[in-house]
Amino acid sequence: MSEVTFEHVSKVFPGGTVAVEDLSLDVADGEFLILVGPSGCGKSTALRMVAGLERISTGGVFVDGVRINDVPPKDRDIAMVFQNYALYPHMTVERNLAFGLRQRRMPKSEVARRVTEVSSMLGLDALLKRRPGQLSGGQRQRVAMGRALVREPKAFLLDEPLSNLDAKLRVQMRAELKRLHHRLGITTIYVTHDQVEAMTLGERIAVMSTGRLHQIGVPQDVYDHPENVFVAGFIGSPPMNLLHGTATGGTVVAGSFSFSRSGIVDGPVTVGVRPEALRPAGAQDERRPSIEVLVEVVEPLGDEVLIHGSVDARVARSGAEIEEATLLADDSTRAPVTVRLDPDARPAPGERIPMVAEPEKVHLFDAESGRAIT
Amino acid sequence: MSAVDLRTLPGEAGMVEAPRRRWLPFSPWHFLLLPIATVMLTPLVWVVMTSLETLEQTRHFPPILWPGSFQWANYPNAFNSVAFGRWFWNTTVVTTTVVASNLILCSLAAYGFARIRFWGRGVAFFFLLATLMVPVQVVLIPTFLIVKQMHLLNTLGALIVPNLANVFGIFLLTQFFRTLPVELEEAARIDGASRLKVLFGIVLPLSLPALTTLAVIQFMWTWNDFLWPLVTIYKENAFTLQLGLMSFQGSHANDTNLLMAGNVMSMLPMLLLFIAAQRYFVRGIATQGLKG
Repeated sequence: MSEVTFEHVSKVFPGGTVAVEDLSLDVADGEFLILVGPSGCGKSTALRMVAGLERISTGGVFVDGVRINDVPPKDRDIAMVFQNYALYPHMTVERNLAFGLRQRRMPKSEVARRVTEVSSMLGLDALLKRRPGQLSGGQRQRVAMGRALVREPKAFLLDEPLSNLDAKLRVQMRAELKRLHHRLGITTIYVTHDQVEAMTLGERIAVMSTGRLHQIGVPQDVYDHPENVFVAGFIGSPPMNLLHGTATGGTVVAGSFSFSRSGIVDGPVTVGVRPEALRPAGAQDERRPSIEVLVEVVEPLGDEVLIHGSVDARVARSGAEIEEATLLADDSTRAPVTVRLDPDARPAPGERIPMVAEPEKVHLFDAESGRAIT
Repeated sequence: MSAVDLRTLPGEAGMVEAPRRRWLPFSPWHFLLLPIATVMLTPLVWVVMTSLETLEQTRHFPPILWPGSFQWANYPNAFNSVAFGRWFWNTTVVTTTVVASNLILCSLAAYGFARIRFWGRGVAFFFLLATLMVPVQVVLIPTFLIVKQMHLLNTLGALIVPNLANVFGIFLLTQFFRTLPVELEEAARIDGASRLKVLFGIVLPLSLPALTTLAVIQFMWTWNDFLWPLVTIYKENAFTLQLGLMSFQGSHANDTNLLMAGNVMSMLPMLLLFIAAQRYFVRGIATQGLKG
C-alpha cells in the first residue's frame, strides 16, 4: 500500500496536443480515488503516466515520496487493469495470473500459493486451465483483476474496467470491486467516464476535463457543491438543469423563474437546478419561486418518474453535454429541463406544471468564468 | 481470504452457434475454385507422371499422361546416379539456417520498427522498403564481390550469409506486429517483462500466422533458388538440389524422367511444410484475450 502524488504533472503529445495540464493531487494510502471525466479529458493519460506507459512532459509522479518519472514500468510495482483486459490469449488463466510473479523470479511454491489464493477469492479455480478465448466477458474481467491482485502491488490502476460488461453485470462487479477494496485496502486509482460508477465506487472523485482537474472531493460534496458549471453539468444523472439568468439588485431572473439571493453582484449568471430539486407547486408554495414546465416525455422508472420538458428560459451550457444532444435540443427560446418525481406522479405529455425549487437548492455560477457563486 | 461467489454471473452460459444454411453439401465458391485448382494442379500431376515414365514415353508427342506401367526405378536411379543425398543435405542446411535466422532477425528488426519510438524510424523504414524495388540482378555482382572478399565462394556460407535477413520479412512482420493490441505488451511490461521477454513471450507466440507465412515463403525462396547458387557455387560437393538437378539435362543427354523424379523428390519437403503450416495461415488468436 502506498501514497501516489501528482505534482504539477503535464503531458504534451508530439504535435502539441495537451492531454494533461498541471495536474496536482494526492491519493492517500489505501484510498479509492476516481478520475472521472468525458472522453479525451486526460484521465487515462494520467493513469498511464503512473503506470509508466506514457512519459511525463513536466512535473512529477511520486509513490511513497519517491519520484518515479524515470522508473521503468516493470520496476514500479504497480498493477493495472485495462479496459479490454489485455489477457495473454496464448496462456491459460493460471499462466496469466502467474506471469507477473514469474517475471519477478518468485519461488514456484509462492507463485502457486498466490495463484490459488487469488483464484479462490475471485471464483476462478474452475477456470485455471482455460484460455481467455474460452471465457465470458465477466470471467475475463475477473482474470484481469486477479492478475493485478496476485502481485500484491503498491497500487492498483483500473482503466474503465467495467465498460465492456453488460449493464447488469456491471452493477454486480461494481459491488464486488468495492467489497474487494474494503477487504484488501490497496491504494486504487480508477478511471471512468461513467459518473454513476464514480459516485458509487469512489471515496473521493476527481473531475477532469480538457486535461485539467476541475474539482476533487467526496462524491456527495462534489454533487452538492459543484465548484464550476462543468462539474455541475457532468456529475449527476440526469444532469443539472442549467439556465441563463441575470442578477439585478439581489434578484436573479431566469426566464419566468425569479428569486432573491443576498450579496450577488449584478450581471449575467448561470442558474443550476438538480432534477430532484424541482417539485410541483402546492398551495403552500405561493411565495416560493416557481417556473412552468411543459411536459414533453414521461419516463416511469419504477422507483421514480423522469419528466423531460422545457421551460420559458434560455438554456446554458456546461461543456459536459453530449454533442448530439445539444444539437437536438438547441432552441434559443425554451430550455430543456429534466425533473425527477415520485413514482406515483404521472403527468401527461403536453401538460404545463408549475414547479418550485427551494432557493438554497438553486446553484448559481458566474456566466463568464463558470465558477460557483457562493 | 474467503471466496467471493461470482460463479453464476449472467452472460456466462455457453454460446450457441447459429444454424448454417446448407442447400449444398459444399460452398458455392467451389464451382469457381475447382476449375482453378485443376489448372494449378495439372503441371504437378504431369511432373509426377513423367517421373514414372520411360525415357521414350517422355519424348512421345502428344504427351502421355498415363503410362501403362510405372517406372518406380526412376527414383532410386535418379538418387544414385548423382550425389543427390549430398545436395539434399546442403540444401537442407542452407534452407533451415536461412529460415531460422530470418525468423529471429526479421522479428527483432520488425519489433523495433513497429513498437519502439526512435529518431529516424520512419525514414529508415522507408529506405528499407525502397530496397525492395531494386531488382536482384542489380545487386548480384556487388554481393558476389562481397562474398568473394569474405572467402565464402564454393561454401554453403555464400548461400547463407547474404540471406540471413530480408526486407520482405521485416516488412511483413512489422505490419503484423502493428496489428497486435498494444495493451498486451503494456500489460506484460507492467507485469515486469523486459522488451525482449515481451517480444519472445507475448508478441511472437501471437504472431504464429505471420511467422509461418514468412517461414514458408523464405523456405520456398531458398530451397528453389537457382541463380545465386549458380553464381557462387561451382564445386559439385557444395551444390544445392536445384543446381544438381541440372546434371540430368546436359548438351549430350537429357534424362527427362530422371530429372522429373529428382524434381518430385526435391519438392516433397516443401509440400510437407506447406501442409503442416497451412492451418496457421489464416487463423489468428491475438484478439482472444480482449473484451468479449
